[in-house]
Amino acid sequence: MRRPEPLEIFQPTSIREAGALVKEKGPGGRFLAGGTDLVIAVKEKSFSPKYVVDLKRIPGLSGIREEADGGLKIGSLTTLREVEISPIILKRFPFLAQSAAEVGSVQIRNRATIGGNMANATPSADVAPALLALEARARIAGLNGERVVELEQFFRGPGQTVMAPEEILTEIIIPPANPSLVGEYIKFSPREMMDLAYIGVAVAFVFNASQKLCEKVRIALGAVSPTPMRARGAESLLEGQVLTEELAEKAGAEAARECKPISDVRSSADYRRDMVRVNTKRALLNAAAQRPGKWTERRDRRY
Amino acid sequence: MKKTIHVTLNGRPTNLEVPAHRLLLDLLRDEIGLTGTKEGCGTGDCGACTVLLDGKPVNSCLIFSGELDGADIVTIEGLKIGPELHPVQKAFIQDGGAQCGYCTPGMLMMAKSLLDENPDPSDEEIRFALSGNLCRCTGYAKIVQAVQDAAAELRAKRAG
Ligand SMILES: Cc1cc2nc3c(=O)[nH]c(=O)nc-3n(C[C@H](O)[C@H](O)[C@H](O)COP(=O)(O)OP(=O)(O)OC[C@H]3O[C@@H](n4cnc5c(N)ncnc54)[C@H](O)[C@@H]3O)c2cc1C
Ligand code: FES
Ligand code: FES
Repeated sequence: MRRPEPLEIFQPTSIREAGALVKEKGPGGRFLAGGTDLVIAVKEKSFSPKYVVDLKRIPGLSGIREEADGGLKIGSLTTLREVEISPIILKRFPFLAQSAAEVGSVQIRNRATIGGNMANATPSADVAPALLALEARARIAGLNGERVVELEQFFRGPGQTVMAPEEILTEIIIPPANPSLVGEYIKFSPREMMDLAYIGVAVAFVFNASQKLCEKVRIALGAVSPTPMRARGAESLLEGQVLTEELAEKAGAEAARECKPISDVRSSADYRRDMVRVNTKRALLNAAAQRPGKWTERRDRRY
Repeated sequence: MKKTIHVTLNGRPTNLEVPAHRLLLDLLRDEIGLTGTKEGCGTGDCGACTVLLDGKPVNSCLIFSGELDGADIVTIEGLKIGPELHPVQKAFIQDGGAQCGYCTPGMLMMAKSLLDENPDPSDEEIRFALSGNLCRCTGYAKIVQAVQDAAAELRAKRAG
């Protein structure tokens, strides 16, 4: 395996210092969080960053906080393992914890950060669909202050985000959610672990269980377009409706119609589309059933 | 670009002068001479390079030395408790959890960290924890058995 070329690693202790370093050193540098995407790019894709700015010494960038209004803030350097086992996330948004748990291995998740999963902007990033379904926002710090963008607007294409090179993703903001919100994430991949998603589906909706009524339906898809995407047509089919198996099937078909998959080494576009159809339906029905128990026990991917 | 880092390695405070881009795996094997940690894939997929960093299992093939100032690192060479093998090591020997042995250092570091967090795991939990550790030889059944036996031994020790 290829080894990295010599490079300088800076460890700034403030956001301002980190941004200023990139401004000063110029193009060709990279921020470093857990390194699980960056070191792979160096080793497998022959990417040679001119310098690396490690964000891990900047205080205040990691941790999960519940806000007074019921919203949640997740620091960008929070590891995916922390998201996976966080009691507050497991209680409020178990499907978000699960989507983090689906990434790589325990070793990878001990390093991989939620900010890195977003900033790397891989179409198949596992945590993106769940965050899109929760209508999360991204807080970005630059040299001239901060801005907050909808996560949906954050992604621009494979590996592309709205951030300028010196900007840092500091926080993921999850707005307050209705206590009756239910959700599910399904990562569809042939291997149960250590595989990238052929497709990913996250659903979240406010569910009146006695009447089976769905509101505020959000459906997000991974690995089927240049960026993680919302399936708005499928959402509107369900909005304000009583959830039935037939309707879930229709929503799945609509999601399959509106996604834009490509064929690659993992899967053909047609297969991806069909898996979106099946797994959107399944995610909706699973979310509504709110089955207890661990996701590893209830996941159902074999046919 | 050389960088001076201060780390605790297998319990011993150590000062090292290392090129910042040197991977932790290469630092351990080639510069320090701790060759217990193995390289399988070099890309985070196989777990053979697993070490504990600040108490948590990580892939040493994906970490720059330049990130490590202040880190606490434990490798397979530091797993023994005094002169005695750790219960996970004994159980792997006793149960045939190792054949060629290439995956074993990573498996043992992962098994130790699992049992530190969860003293009584189910087989399913063991398999989940070890899903980033590939073994081409054993078929995993004996590894899961060894982790169960080590867990029982550790629980008995704690109770006793
Ligand atoms: C073996 C293996 C298995 C994997 N499996 C999966 C999987 O199943 N699912 C999945 O989604 N991913 C997977 N990944 C990819 C990777 O682990 C994740 O995308 C991870 O979340 C990346 O986070 P990181 O902190 O390691 O990012 P890094 O590698 O540190 O950074 C990635 C990129 O984002 C930039 N960046 C990071 N943080 C910030 C920030 N706060 N502000 C601005 N820019 C930033 C960096 O400059 C870099 O360009 C896998 C990787 C490996 C090696
Ligand atoms: S060598 Fe590090 S995971 Fe394979
Ligand atoms: S014992 Fe040979 S690879 Fe596991």
